[in-house]
Amino acid sequence: MDYSDFRGISTLLVMIAFFAVVWWAYSKRRQQRFDSAASSIFDEQEESVHSASVKEVDK
Amino acid sequence: MQNQQTYNYKVVRQFAIMTVIWGIVGMLVGVLIAAQLRWPELNFDIPWLTYSRLRPLHTNAVIFAFGGSALFATSLYVVQRTCHTRLLSDGLASFVFWGWQLIILLAAITLPLGITSSKEYAELEWPIDLLITVVWVAYAILFFGTIMKRKTPHIYVANWFYGAFILTVALLHVVNSAALPTALFGAGDMMKSYSAYPGAIDAMVQWWYGHNAVGFFLTAGFLGMMYYFVPKQANRPVYSYRLSVVHFWALISTYMWAGPHHLHYTALPDWTQSLGMVFSLILLAPSWGGMINGIMTLSGAWHKLRTDPILRFMVVSLSFYGMSTFEGPMMAIKTVNELSHYTDWTVGHVHSGALGWVAMISIGSIYALVPKLFGRDGMYSTKLIEIHFWVMTVGVVLYIASMWISGVMQGLMWRAVNADGTLTYSFVQSVEATYPYYTVRLLGGLMVLTGMFMMAYNVWKTVAGSNKAADDAIPAAAH
Repeated sequence: MDYSDFRGISTLLVMIAFFAVVWWAYSKRRQQRFDSAASSIFDEQEESVHSASVKEVDK
Repeated sequence: MQNQQTYNYKVVRQFAIMTVIWGIVGMLVGVLIAAQLRWPELNFDIPWLTYSRLRPLHTNAVIFAFGGSALFATSLYVVQRTCHTRLLSDGLASFVFWGWQLIILLAAITLPLGITSSKEYAELEWPIDLLITVVWVAYAILFFGTIMKRKTPHIYVANWFYGAFILTVALLHVVNSAALPTALFGAGDMMKSYSAYPGAIDAMVQWWYGHNAVGFFLTAGFLGMMYYFVPKQANRPVYSYRLSVVHFWALISTYMWAGPHHLHYTALPDWTQSLGMVFSLILLAPSWGGMINGIMTLSGAWHKLRTDPILRFMVVSLSFYGMSTFEGPMMAIKTVNELSHYTDWTVGHVHSGALGWVAMISIGSIYALVPKLFGRDGMYSTKLIEIHFWVMTVGVVLYIASMWISGVMQGLMWRAVNADGTLTYSFVQSVEATYPYYTVRLLGGLMVLTGMFMMAYNVWKTVAGSNKAADDAIPAAAH
């Protein structure tokens, strides 16, 4: 394997890894989990008023 | 209240207060050396006060004392709040706080004495490096140990960024600080060592460290701050949690390779320089992905910017982040670097990131944090925060604009040649030409420092009005 093969393969591997992350993050199956994670920082008692104001505006 | 029903806010309070104090100290030294560049006699012929010794003191103080304290304070707060659990150990938390203060104190003593390894942003000598390693490992155990005993199912994205920052800084510090103390070889001086790496390899290791100190200490850590405090302050969840996942993985895997752009046109192999340039250009994408994610969190809530100066600090910090992460990749292009390298343009770029992004997101977060830590409804004076915001913003703009002009001018003067091939300008002529810009830069720096004094007063009044520092209760059940 010469240097240009190595370059080509490594570029391809990085591309595959990137698309894998994008696919994983944006797949329907994980939507619910990520949405609840995003709002988890508002789940605490002291913020009970605030989370109500979040719901009324569309994301 | 030292029990398992409350969060440990003590260590957060300590680091939050020290953020303000070290911010003042570090920026004061910065103002002094900015004045020295304009009026060199301000070193009063005292070796301890020379520019060469105070400059590393300034960089260490603002990055590791001010920025570091802000990162410790916010990370130890965020990890508890998002994991619904108290820190792993109160004793370990105290050790991290006092250990870090001792390191800062040792830096403040050794650097003016001229004790330095001469590696940029890693100047501290080997005994202090060993202490840093111990304290950092304790911090890692404290942080990851707290995550391990979390009561929530998911690890919130801010913790991912803080975690990457902690792990990578450990790796960078240990590898780059590898050195041979001369005392081991019979040369008496305890505080002297030489790098374990030779020549161009040492340069490469140093800038692998240096650029990732920017990427992980000054970026990933503060992005963790952004992903918690911006949504909190805007009262809205982050614009896209999924984008934050892609942002995380893309950013941490790209930053690692960008270091060689600090060594364009040096003894470093040419292909390494090109690699560094290409990865620096790619970095634009994840950087802007993160910036957009932060700013768009305000969509539908823009009106809050009119009334909330804390939110304004955060949004302007993200704008500076976007600006400097556009500027950085441009400066990494070899032909642009030919003009910009070794000039004040670099200094302007660094401060657009350090003052505009790092300091402003820290200041915004600390303003948001202090009332919660001391059981108050808000800061003592919102008006004063607003004045701080404007004084600082104008100061930062004056600083970076003057350095841009000065830097491009220097670059053009240094490369100008006459028809017969001789240099058009002597170096001293270029120094003389920079004086007006150095005066404007000093003014900008003074404004930023003035803002920090306002912050200190505001924090002081907020804390003084607090009857009893209150540790919040941990929510009873996991959600």
